[in-house]
Amino acid sequence: MGGNSPCASCKLLRRRCAKDCIFAPYFPSDDPHKFAIVHKVFGASNVSKMLQELPLHQRADTVSSLVYEANARVRDPVYGCVGAISYLQNQVSQLQMQLAVAQAEILCIQMQQEPAPITTTSPVLLDADDKSSYYLHQNNLPQFLAFSSSNNNVIYDSFKKESLFGQDMIS
Amino acid sequence: MASTRCAACKYLRRRCPSDCIFSLYFPSNNPQRFAYVHKIFGASNIGKMLQDLPLHRRADAADSLYYEAHCRIKDPVYGCVGIINILLQEIYNVQCQIAKIQAEIAFLGTHAQSDQTQYQQLQIAPNLDPNFLSEQKGLSNSFDDSSTWFF
Repeated sequence: MGGNSPCASCKLLRRRCAKDCIFAPYFPSDDPHKFAIVHKVFGASNVSKMLQELPLHQRADTVSSLVYEANARVRDPVYGCVGAISYLQNQVSQLQMQLAVAQAEILCIQMQQEPAPITTTSPVLLDADDKSSYYLHQNNLPQFLAFSSSNNNVIYDSFKKESLFGQDMIS
Repeated sequence: MASTRCAACKYLRRRCPSDCIFSLYFPSNNPQRFAYVHKIFGASNIGKMLQDLPLHRRADAADSLYYEAHCRIKDPVYGCVGIINILLQEIYNVQCQIAKIQAEIAFLGTHAQSDQTQYQQLQIAPNLDPNFLSEQKGLSNSFDDSSTWFF
């Protein structure tokens, strides 16, 4: 039978798909939209450079994240992914406030039930390695986001709790 | 009187026209800003993206493109998506903590009500066999006053 069909990128770029084509493993010909959107936002040349600078085992995740960002940028040409980050940071802030309220409430209940003087080792029921105090402070994320979410007309789908790629991305 | 080229035109080594689309958003005093977006998106794509937007949205678009480029340079594999994943994890963790504390609040509330009910029962029926309740609570059979009913 004949040779391999060109990958989606070489089809779009109208060029011969070499055996060692850097795009071929990540942009199969049966999904032309995937490369089209990445090319539209980042450009084939930039994507190729990015992939070449990375080891093989990291390229699949890189392509997935580029596709995600490109889709976000097409859906929201002004804010792209950054709109999603802003939205999620607001969510985190609101939840941190709720957590603080709940912690205060439980402290009040404990004080009412045990009127003995409170020592410096507070008898809270939280875990010793509880990270809530970390979340109450500013996290290490760049606080660049001065966008007001009301300006953003894009409605974000509810984010799933699991990783976007179906596997744990956090090392 | 020398006219200053914007950072984009300086980087691209070209004349900066009076209607340069980059000049408002990539001033010459911040060359890194354009260098980052050019590295990730390319000047041509940035120009097209800005041109497709109304004037009043371009500043935010340029800022967000710079932020994304910055994230991608810092984390070439995941870029902004890595931050989104971290935020999702944070949201989940804080939700779990809130749920845990609310469950503890509910438990303490129930426990307090149960103690209150038993105390009221003792007040109403002081002639109950004291051994009955002490057996329930695991207390010693010998007691003198009602204060020993409580832990």
